[in-house]
Amino acid sequence: MHEMSIAQSLIDIITEEMLKHEASSLKSVRLHVGQMSGIVPDALSFGFEVLTSDTKLAGAELIIEVIPLTGRCLDCKREFDIEDYAFECPHCGSPNIKTISGQDLSIQEIDVD
Amino acid sequence: MKISVVKNILEANDRIAQENRAIFDENNLMVINLMSSPGAGKTSLLEKTIDSLKNDLKIGVIEGDVQSSKDAERIAQKEIPVVQINTGGACHLDGNMIRDTFKEFNFEDLDLLVVENVGNLVCPAEFKVGEDFKAMILSVPEGDDKPSKYPLMFHESKLLLINKIDLIPYLDCSIENIKKEALKVNPHLTIFEISCKSGEGLDAWYNWLKEAVKARKSI
Repeated sequence: MHEMSIAQSLIDIITEEMLKHEASSLKSVRLHVGQMSGIVPDALSFGFEVLTSDTKLAGAELIIEVIPLTGRCLDCKREFDIEDYAFECPHCGSPNIKTISGQDLSIQEIDVD
Repeated sequence: MKISVVKNILEANDRIAQENRAIFDENNLMVINLMSSPGAGKTSLLEKTIDSLKNDLKIGVIEGDVQSSKDAERIAQKEIPVVQINTGGACHLDGNMIRDTFKEFNFEDLDLLVVENVGNLVCPAEFKVGEDFKAMILSVPEGDDKPSKYPLMFHESKLLLINKIDLIPYLDCSIENIKKEALKVNPHLTIFEISCKSGEGLDAWYNWLKEAVKARKSI
């Protein structure tokens, strides 16, 4: 249940941005959460809701886009979806794979007033 | 008003981990982030390793637990530097908690610092603390389906120590299956089969560790 500390980091970033833009309330936040980021979106939403109640971030919607796990083979150079967490190139069988997406945990956009 | 803010949410922790790493590098110190479920044998492995390598390596330990100083007391009996962190509920250690222990150590006098993370097969994999690499233990009573159920930790680790192999005759668990499943999520894993109880397989781990520290020093 490390989503609570992730939610706190998220709130820190949002608060800083809102200060910078002199915003008074938060309508929504858009996030990218990788399929293999180890984050449970529902738990993150719950943590965010608990930690923001009674603050100017309260009531904001978390819009979470789950990013699929994809990789590039460093040998045959092809790109593919990593199915079933198997880190082996489905084309040439090479174990030398670079993860392109799916481990991300990033904030993309905030909607404020 | 929509504002684009493209930022890694763990950026603050990653930055502190990087600062920690710079301090470790200045002191030529190898740091291992040791992770596993509760009860897999992290502290037992450390006790055995410290006993066997005390003439070869100067080892320090950071113990992470939700509560109690039981593990630090076990390690302190070996008369090496050890600091206990109590997270008070948090399921993992982060860069900041590790930084707070620095004043307790004299890094110049150490070759190896092991950070024993909170027992948990999920969250610790997500947080860097400034380590050279992550290592994990899976004990055979936990079952051979764990790499496919908890892929992130196996993927993030450089080393997998399969512990309690002396119990295999009593279990429906196959070491071959653990290895096959673990190598699927991480084909580059180095794997040791060990028993901290019987001592089986530990020599290979000690030799690997000594060589790794030596290689780190000569960089």
